[in-house]
Amino acid sequence: MKKYSMETTVGIFVTIGLLLISYMTLKFGEVSFFGDDSYSLYARFTSVSGLRAGSPVEMLGLEVGKVAKLSIDQENQMALVEMKIKKGFKIYDDAIASIKTSGLIGDKYIQIDPGGSGDLLKPGGAIIETAAPLDIEELIGKYAFGDIKEDKKSDKENAE
Amino acid sequence: MKYFWPNTYLIAIFNYLGRAAIDIVNNLGAATIFFSKAFLMIFRPKQVQPIIQQIFYIGAKSTGIVMMVGLFTGMVLGLQLYHALAEYGSEGTLGSSIGLSLVRELGPVLTAIMITARAGSAMTAEIGIMRISEQIDALYTMRIDPLRYLISPKIGASIISFPLLTAFFDIIGLIGGYFTGVVLLGLNSSAYIYRIQYSVEMSDITGGFIKAIVFAVIVSTICCYNGYFTHMRSDSYGAKSVSLSTTSAVVMSCVMILVSDYIVTSFLM
Repeated sequence: MKKYSMETTVGIFVTIGLLLISYMTLKFGEVSFFGDDSYSLYARFTSVSGLRAGSPVEMLGLEVGKVAKLSIDQENQMALVEMKIKKGFKIYDDAIASIKTSGLIGDKYIQIDPGGSGDLLKPGGAIIETAAPLDIEELIGKYAFGDIKEDKKSDKENAE
Repeated sequence: MKYFWPNTYLIAIFNYLGRAAIDIVNNLGAATIFFSKAFLMIFRPKQVQPIIQQIFYIGAKSTGIVMMVGLFTGMVLGLQLYHALAEYGSEGTLGSSIGLSLVRELGPVLTAIMITARAGSAMTAEIGIMRISEQIDALYTMRIDPLRYLISPKIGASIISFPLLTAFFDIIGLIGGYFTGVVLLGLNSSAYIYRIQYSVEMSDITGGFIKAIVFAVIVSTICCYNGYFTHMRSDSYGAKSVSLSTTSAVVMSCVMILVSDYIVTSFLM
């Protein structure tokens, strides 16, 4: 076997190291050097609690984009969500956007029902029909308090 | 006796504390000046060749041990986290937990500790022996700046090698986690890979490399400083002082890696 010189070893080491770094940044960091292949759509929700920039946007169960920015629309007192949708996925103006939870305690994501009877949404357009996330705590609270009231009632009835 | 006895003892205690505090501040200041002088000399001419030579010793020769440690760290993480996550029925998130813990914390910290053990101790011993056998004084009489000739290539090579070795560690660790999680325990392979891509963000990767560079500066400065001032040790001299410098350099580097890891993380969060 040929013994490599010191320079060659260092060269190989540095090259592999740089390759690994660039692999990590490209694969995991999702930095794209080849321009933006997505367009943005907007949607207004009454609440976006639990949603973060970077949360997935799904259509028919497939990931078609990401949440780019969350802000407040001061005029309408609504939360404004900017979504980046990959080019090639058509969404119409009668689409419905709703915030869902994956699993019982999982992350929040936006589910889009693309619609189909209306006009095609242009980049920068807005989805009008939206549904805020289901508040599980509120539901549990209602259920729990309802139970307690009923129990009290039945206790009273028993006492009488 | 003019003073009654508790007074003298009190003064002795404060004396001791004061001397220790002054020593610490003195050493910190000296190490900072030492580092900044040596760092600026990296950019002088004719420094590329010695830096490449040092990358060979610090970086390329540490690849094997770093990859070995990375592989087994990833494998044990996969094994432990799989069983912990299986209790909640969420083995699918194994990729997230392994990816995030490796890229954010374990990669930079364990790599730095391994390089300290392998290359840092060698740096201190080498410079320390040059100091006690008066080779550094000989360099000085030949009008060769020992900082520029001995120290700055080591610091430059560390700053280049640490992030590269961290990348080795991260990728090998992820492969180790894949091996235990997917091959041995039967997790869905695309779920593992998707989870890593989904949860590891660009900020995690840059944060990990910032840590690696900070550790490189800390480790190389502490190791070179301890070796360079071996003759200034008050507790010993000769061969004994080289061994004591090496020990204290390795111990102090490891402690400072963990302390600075906390500080850097709290800034990055």
